[in-house]
Amino acid sequence: MAHKRREMLVDPLVDNNPITLQVLGICSALAVTSSLQVAFVMSIAVIFVTGFSSMFISMIRNQIPGSIRIIVQMVVIASLVILVDQLLKAVAFEISKTLSVVVGLIITNCIVMGRAEAFAMKNPPIESFIDGVGNGLGYGLILMLVGVIRELFGAGSLFGITILETVNNGGWYVPNGMLLLPPSAFFIIGLIIWAFRTWKPAQVEEREYKIQSVEAH
Amino acid sequence: MPDEKKGMIRRFLELSPDSVPKTIFVAVAVCLVASMVVSAAAVALRPLQSVNALKDKQINILQVAGIYEPGVDVLDAFSAFEPRVLDLNTGTFTDQFDPANFDDRAAADDPATSVALEDDPAGIGRQSMYVTVYLLRDDAGDVDKVILPIHGYGLWSTLYGFIALEENGDDIFGLQFYEHAETPGLGAEVDNPRWKAQWSGKRLEDDSGELQITVAKTAPPAGDEFHIDALAGATLPSVGVDNLVKFWMGERGYGPFLDNLKAGNV
Repeated sequence: MAHKRREMLVDPLVDNNPITLQVLGICSALAVTSSLQVAFVMSIAVIFVTGFSSMFISMIRNQIPGSIRIIVQMVVIASLVILVDQLLKAVAFEISKTLSVVVGLIITNCIVMGRAEAFAMKNPPIESFIDGVGNGLGYGLILMLVGVIRELFGAGSLFGITILETVNNGGWYVPNGMLLLPPSAFFIIGLIIWAFRTWKPAQVEEREYKIQSVEAH
Repeated sequence: MPDEKKGMIRRFLELSPDSVPKTIFVAVAVCLVASMVVSAAAVALRPLQSVNALKDKQINILQVAGIYEPGVDVLDAFSAFEPRVLDLNTGTFTDQFDPANFDDRAAADDPATSVALEDDPAGIGRQSMYVTVYLLRDDAGDVDKVILPIHGYGLWSTLYGFIALEENGDDIFGLQFYEHAETPGLGAEVDNPRWKAQWSGKRLEDDSGELQITVAKTAPPAGDEFHIDALAGATLPSVGVDNLVKFWMGERGYGPFLDNLKAGNV
């Protein structure tokens, strides 16, 4: 059992990563990865929300009527997100200022609801919690990867600490402004998916269609 | 009674999840618990949050006045300022409101204290006729600097900030935004210290009293005192800053107050 739980935690990091394999949660990955600090806080927030929302939903899973289950899940998730938002405003005001609306958007993060619907509705609370945390970690891992690339080459810094002195501030590095725009995260995530699937060919999806050779009659 | 109540909940729990009463019961119960958690958190954390927001604003006022140093006791340093509520129409201070409790943003929503703008270059919709300004006096008790709140629309968001003017009502000491949601690296470069430094030493008006301050991409003539370089890659936020500074420094903004300041009536 312990071995299985560990697997549940580690599996979503690479082998079953919510972003690169399931391609969920892309929207927020575009929005928050231009600065590493923001990406880091966002990752922590998502880990917290996926973990606890899965746990709470799993605790009442046998009581939730099928017809309103999505709404019940949303209520639990949204409450947790508001809780995180309020907490950030109270204890980390500077960071909550830079995150602004993005924290609220965790509600719409497909990973959170994806795990609630796919896992927590069928499994006991502790397993659901671990599964939620694992998927949050998988999301956070990709966020940090993308964040490092975007902040380093887009702004010349990491966690706000200047690594490459930019021309604007009298240095030599001409930053790639495109990396600070959301679409650049699409390219980077695409490249990461490519890298993951080259490393682990098992992740490559089978084609849904095949080009057939038509025999001449 | 409690026993009977417990019995009722148990009866609900034992219902089939898909029956109508159970559905209503679960919906109500979940909403009730969730709303209690959320409102408890909001109420419990509000004092901390408003302290943070206030402190952040005070730090920005200290920064724009050039007297902020990291680690300084914010409240203590801030006590050097004299907050006053200003009537924009007359350009004089009013004692109608207590500056300690006056909320500029709430006043902008209140029809009694604000006007809806028809011609609205700063994109603010409604303008409060009363604003809180901060005076910094020198040792002799004369006004040394005035810190005036300004705001206006950029590209994605309303930028809220302060402009610090010297006692002559013309020389700019600094400008800084404390709240906005512009794109990091582009519009959010309004926070770049090198860009903000440009404002220091610029003038609002030329010698004939014409408002000349401008944020533009075009190169200024040599020896220009009114030109701020626009931000590269952030045309609309730059235009927004240009508009809002012109609006607030003009007749409908602090114009009357600045006239009074120049005449030495403050």
